[in-house]
Amino acid sequence: MREITYLEAIREALQQKMREDDSVYLIGEDIAEYGGAFGVTVGMLEEFGKERIRNTPISEEVIIGVAAGSAMTGMRPVAEIMFSDFITIAMDDIANQAAKIRYMFGGKARVPIVIRTAGGGGTGAAGQHSQSLEALLAHIPGLKVVMPSCPYDAKGLLLASINDDNPVVFIEHKLLYKNKKYIQHVPGEMYEIPLGKGDIKRKGKDLTIVATSFMVQKSLDAAEDLKKEYNMDCEVVDLRTLRPLDIDLILKSVNKTGKLACVEEAPVFGGFMGEVASQVTEKGFDMLDAPIIRIAGRNCPVPYSLVLENEMIPGVERIKSSIKKMAGLSQGKE
Amino acid sequence: MKKVKGINKASKKEKFLDIDGHKIRDSFPDLGREEKIGILRTMYRIRHFEFQTEQFIIRGMIHGTCHLYIGEEASATGAIAAIGPKDYITSTHRGHGHCIAKGANLNIMMAELLGKKTGYCKGKGGSMHIADVGAGNLGANGIVGGSIGIATGAALTCKMKKNGRIVICFFGDGAANRGNFHGALNMASIWDLPIIYLCENNVYGMSTPVKEAFNIKRISDRKYAYGIDGITIDGNDVTEVYNTISHYASLCRKGMGPVLVESLTYRYRGHSKSDAQVYRSKEEVKKWMEMDPIKRYAGRLISENLITPEDDKQIEKEVISEIAEADRFAQDSPFPDPADVEEDVYA
Repeated sequence: MREITYLEAIREALQQKMREDDSVYLIGEDIAEYGGAFGVTVGMLEEFGKERIRNTPISEEVIIGVAAGSAMTGMRPVAEIMFSDFITIAMDDIANQAAKIRYMFGGKARVPIVIRTAGGGGTGAAGQHSQSLEALLAHIPGLKVVMPSCPYDAKGLLLASINDDNPVVFIEHKLLYKNKKYIQHVPGEMYEIPLGKGDIKRKGKDLTIVATSFMVQKSLDAAEDLKKEYNMDCEVVDLRTLRPLDIDLILKSVNKTGKLACVEEAPVFGGFMGEVASQVTEKGFDMLDAPIIRIAGRNCPVPYSLVLENEMIPGVERIKSSIKKMAGLSQGKE
Repeated sequence: MKKVKGINKASKKEKFLDIDGHKIRDSFPDLGREEKIGILRTMYRIRHFEFQTEQFIIRGMIHGTCHLYIGEEASATGAIAAIGPKDYITSTHRGHGHCIAKGANLNIMMAELLGKKTGYCKGKGGSMHIADVGAGNLGANGIVGGSIGIATGAALTCKMKKNGRIVICFFGDGAANRGNFHGALNMASIWDLPIIYLCENNVYGMSTPVKEAFNIKRISDRKYAYGIDGITIDGNDVTEVYNTISHYASLCRKGMGPVLVESLTYRYRGHSKSDAQVYRSKEEVKKWMEMDPIKRYAGRLISENLITPEDDKQIEKEVISEIAEADRFAQDSPFPDPADVEEDVYA
């Protein structure tokens, strides 16, 4: 069975969908000859040409506005915003236009766009190229927000996102793109993973970890260590889609384990896991044996220096120590 | 209004000049009698729709705000008469005129203003978000300049699908200073998109005079920055607007777009329902009202012996009764069911 990277899975989804559907095109900065800042679209210009691999000037707001207008009139654009931080430049066209059009027009328009963007830190790029802004986006009714954690999910979720008739923000993680540690068998044919369905990435009975994107991989590593060192059996729930949220899957897991630790890369204050925690409290208070904990980014911008960046973004050790403390196994930090 | 025909018949006498007297071409396409009368009727429709809206505002029946198009009728009417029913437009917060000129149903529009279930947006959009996507109206927009990217994207669809359609992107003088104006005109230019950027310069961006917000004589001079064609015209002369947009629409269909047209006009009313208009004098408003686009055009049709003054009055009377019917329809319509509030968020 062939195994491919996260980046290759994303590229394969784009290529296969574009071969099938002429209305799908790519629009973004440096996506043609250069192949995108992270190389996702390398080689696609040769196959699909400049009309459909549409390089733009540096105009993020116009990239999204153009995508929205062309989507309303029959195309299915996949826009690339090079770094998720740059989404803020396009926020009028995302939040006030693309997300609102259907509702404001009384359900009489469709805006089938996918906004692919690279999120997350750990690359030493500091405050303006490392953010995790998913909570901002998931807060806006009309948007769907997807964060794949592995190659198999990346392909199936991207195909579902392109086929979806709503604006979907598809946040990829830079540290997953070419990471050989996370290569996986990915079927050669097209398949969809429905938006709004989470996934149990590791079964367990003692504690539920809910995580997104790269934090799913770190949580899986932490869970293996906790099993080896303390015989503690954690269940890892990958949200895959933040909005719509698969709260039923989370509740089912919490009902079994009685404990919930939420892991995300974004600063904890106002982060998306606050939504998860409050929904679990509202709908599953009686299931909980302990207060929910959030293991998340520190409340500062992502810093440059490696020692600071490692402190800001949760790592395997912080996930482990926080869970140990919650489970009464140690007096670990947090 | 009927589909415009007969644009091949050129008038020999008149030359096609911009506002500063520069010759653009020797002659312009002319319209048949029915089409010319149709243009007058559309302008009356817009004005009386807005008079009725103003009454609703005074009577406290508009939940929110409205931006009236009274005084600017020639701009939307002339421009949209020059394109086809399958072509697209995007509109602005001051959008009732564009919507009516694109053929919207007055009853359904008025119901939307009153927040009724029968409105274009089922009461979820209101004045600033009326759209009729099926008719090629991609929507009014509550964000100044908000539709510029959307219009550019619609033009990209036209080009990629090679469907022969074009787009008119309406926006105001205020929007011409948004960053996305620059980005979109540049992108449309490098891609030769079939789009007419139509800047309706009505002298004020809310309260800020154009002369304080720009350091150039003509907003259309920005065409030089994008290597595109452009012109400034008298936007209160519906014939001139029609001629200009006809000319540029045909260029766009030949792949010679985009273009930037500045249409000089004036709003008789304040920016919105809450504007005390301290920034302008009554004399200034009066001066512009003397150049009223509807009076000018009706006078022209009378002088060309296409209609009599009685015909003019009759057309206006018919329009007033259409508006009365729209008023009845809107007031008699039910409000939306509160239980439906979360419907239509997602497709």
